[in-house]
Amino acid sequence: MAMLEVKHLSVSFGGLKAVDDFNMTIEGGELYGLIGPNGAGKTTIFNLLTGVYKPTEGSIFLDGKNITGMKTTAINKAGIARTFQNIRLFRQLSVLDNVKAGLHNRYAYSTLSGIFRTGRYREMEKAMDEEAMRLLKVFDLDSYAEYQADNLPYGQQRELEIARALATRPKLLLLDEPAAGMNPNETKALMETIRFVRDEFHMTILLIEHDMKLVSGICEKLTVLNFGHVLTAGLTEEVLNDPEVVKAYLGEE
Amino acid sequence: MGKLKNSMRKITKKNLMTYICLAIGFVIIQSCSAGGLLTFQIKGLLVPVCIYIICAVALNLVVGISGELSLGHAGFLCLGAYGAAIFSKITNGLIPDPIRFLLALIIGAAVGALFGFLIGIPVLRLNGDYLAIVTLAFCQIIQNLLNVFYIGVDKHGLHVAMQDPTKLELEEGGQVIVKGAQGITGTPKDANFIIGIILVFITLFIVLNLIDSRTGRAIMAIRDNRIAAESIGIDVTKHKLLAFTISAGLVGMAGALYSHNLATLTVAKFDYNTSILILVFVVLGGIGNIRGSIIATVILYVLPELLRGLQTYRMLIYAIVLIVIMLFSWAPGAIAFRQRIMERLKNRGKGVQ
Amino acid sequence: MSFFSYLINGVGLGSVYAIIALGYTMVYGIAKMLNFAHGDVIMIGAYIVFVAMTSLGIPALPSLIVAMIFCLVLGVVIEKVAYRPLRNAASKLAVLITAIGVSYLLQNIALLVFGPNPKSFSNIVKLPPVSIGGINISSTTLVTIAASVVIMLVLTFFVKKTKPGQAMQAVSEDRGAAGLMGINVNGTISLTFAIGSALAAVAGALMCSSYPILDPYTGSMPGIKAFVAAVFGGIGSIPGAMIGGILLGIIENLSKAYISSQIADAIVFAVLIIVLLVRPAGLFGKNVQEKV
Repeated sequence: MAMLEVKHLSVSFGGLKAVDDFNMTIEGGELYGLIGPNGAGKTTIFNLLTGVYKPTEGSIFLDGKNITGMKTTAINKAGIARTFQNIRLFRQLSVLDNVKAGLHNRYAYSTLSGIFRTGRYREMEKAMDEEAMRLLKVFDLDSYAEYQADNLPYGQQRELEIARALATRPKLLLLDEPAAGMNPNETKALMETIRFVRDEFHMTILLIEHDMKLVSGICEKLTVLNFGHVLTAGLTEEVLNDPEVVKAYLGEE
Repeated sequence: MGKLKNSMRKITKKNLMTYICLAIGFVIIQSCSAGGLLTFQIKGLLVPVCIYIICAVALNLVVGISGELSLGHAGFLCLGAYGAAIFSKITNGLIPDPIRFLLALIIGAAVGALFGFLIGIPVLRLNGDYLAIVTLAFCQIIQNLLNVFYIGVDKHGLHVAMQDPTKLELEEGGQVIVKGAQGITGTPKDANFIIGIILVFITLFIVLNLIDSRTGRAIMAIRDNRIAAESIGIDVTKHKLLAFTISAGLVGMAGALYSHNLATLTVAKFDYNTSILILVFVVLGGIGNIRGSIIATVILYVLPELLRGLQTYRMLIYAIVLIVIMLFSWAPGAIAFRQRIMERLKNRGKGVQ
Repeated sequence: MSFFSYLINGVGLGSVYAIIALGYTMVYGIAKMLNFAHGDVIMIGAYIVFVAMTSLGIPALPSLIVAMIFCLVLGVVIEKVAYRPLRNAASKLAVLITAIGVSYLLQNIALLVFGPNPKSFSNIVKLPPVSIGGINISSTTLVTIAASVVIMLVLTFFVKKTKPGQAMQAVSEDRGAAGLMGINVNGTISLTFAIGSALAAVAGALMCSSYPILDPYTGSMPGIKAFVAAVFGGIGSIPGAMIGGILLGIIENLSKAYISSQIADAIVFAVLIIVLLVRPAGLFGKNVQEKV
């Protein structure tokens, strides 16, 4: 069974079709890329997949479960986590607490336990601290655990967002331009981290990216989006050599 | 990991320091009081200061931690005060006084929390200034309705009426407890400074521990970025409502203290100016800074009371001070200016020109 | 009194709210702040008219113009001294609390200068009542209604068709971008406060002509209700403020007449809450979704 199956997905804003009849199938464990020129509707698709927008038509299946029209919170519980193109960290919280917020549903204890400092509170908080530090270590952020998230450099803020998303232990991780604003060295390190995350956590990853080097370097399959339509989809090699794709990116000769 | 454990202890230590400072303050004031050093006027301020500290800390939970603006907290104070006073009037003499007062405090908190919850469900969907204006509207509605609200008691039990006390239809020997705009008179005076301080401690314990827990983290995550919080599976409505309800409950408890401290309780005292007064304590003490709320309340509540001698100029001075403090502490220009001065002082201290 | 006369009086009261709300909605639209002192500018305006007419014996219209100029200057000064430095403060609450401080300041200055005793305001409209269909309608009510309609039309024209008006729209849409396009942001905001405050003076004079009791706290409740009216109609919308104000006045007056004068305010506020729950952006407001 496919990890993610999107069928005939469409959404319109005020009569304008931002996404039109979008189809995509991602198998478990794949590292999948969604590419396309600016304004093609890539982030809109992420917003549809995570319930930020409701689709006007079509359906979304995660691991066989129909998640179409569900709320963002429920979709995360069902197994999708994401990062954002314009970073959305909990700015006033510490780096550690950002990740611990991601652990919210996996290490549950009641509000009363928290207020009265019960044994369960201590046990769960300890487990959360340990797991959060493990996740931070993956991104070499563990030494910044007590920094306020706002004070991290840009690139590390992006990595912290990934760590926070991973903390929810999703089946499918959506990365919205993870390399935006990074220099080539940082991008290279990020590529390795993404691959490591996929292997280590047995995760399926879908990413939006402009950086062709990153896309061709790590994505096994691609879907190309243009003006809300699927232009083509398939193995990375084939897609990148498709004349239609070249035309969409570079314009007609 | 070793470093992290230190940080856990740092929060606990900081909270402990707050409790200790408060306890020291209490002991000093209590011994001054015993030694006859406090004037009658200052003694009269002790319980109200406790009431407003509880309100400010509770409101800071909504404004600072949850990031929502409420101008309706005077309404919860009022409801808690009324609920507790009505209970005490009915049961006075039937239950031993300490137990009755304890129950009255719990009822005040319960009434506050209940209304916080009921009001919170619809209005917390709104945000920013809209939420402010709606909570203000609720406060006005509560005030307006209680102004024409009558309760009486006789052999047959409770009678409730709106607008017209004769509609209570009390039997011979019945007693009117709530008399519309005249409010409630003769609530037993159970409140004192010691109980006030105990309630402040309870409030601090609840709020500080809540902030430093899974729930508090979720509430602050929603404040910092609602969409990101949803994306990691945090239930936004539930946590906003929780913060609002707990806050309203604590304020309701303070209301119970309020009504058991004064001989007469009228709704006129709970207009939006009271909500704003509490908000001023929160903002000047530092949004989200619980300790700051306590300090700001003590200073800003006691100072104007001490200026009562100046009568007509008192509120004028208060208004000017308020504006100047706000400009000085929040204006980006003033902040930059202060930093420059501090820098210069520091350099001079080091002997560097 | 008949239903019709309650209704007309409601429209009259609503027109006062509408004039205040027009000023409020413009100021809110552009400065994005709850200007709690707006109601107190109304009170100051009414006092100026009172002093000019009663103490100095100046006729009604020139008194009103003096009050408008006074309030205009007052509004601009308040914005410049108290609000502008906090425009980019870290928390929006800073400017809210400052506005509350300004509100207290104006109330207490009035208290010191004019004393706590209410003044009995003499009507600025010195015309006989008009009889329509056998019902006598006070000319004050008619003048108030006419004034609010004229003000709304002029403001709509001003905002839509003139350069400064379009600058206001731009600044309220996106302050930063407007500045980059060469619009004088500070000047535009000052102009908005000037217009809003001058309207407050008109509202104060008309309100006190119908309800002739003037004390330092006269402005605070109408100020809040006018904001409610503006929210009701959809903040930032000029026809919204007008219709919101008039609806509010009608609801208030009919509640007073047929339900209870004591809980009329509760009913007004309850209607606001219901409207906002059904339409979170008000009757004419645009619902803006956060971009993700």
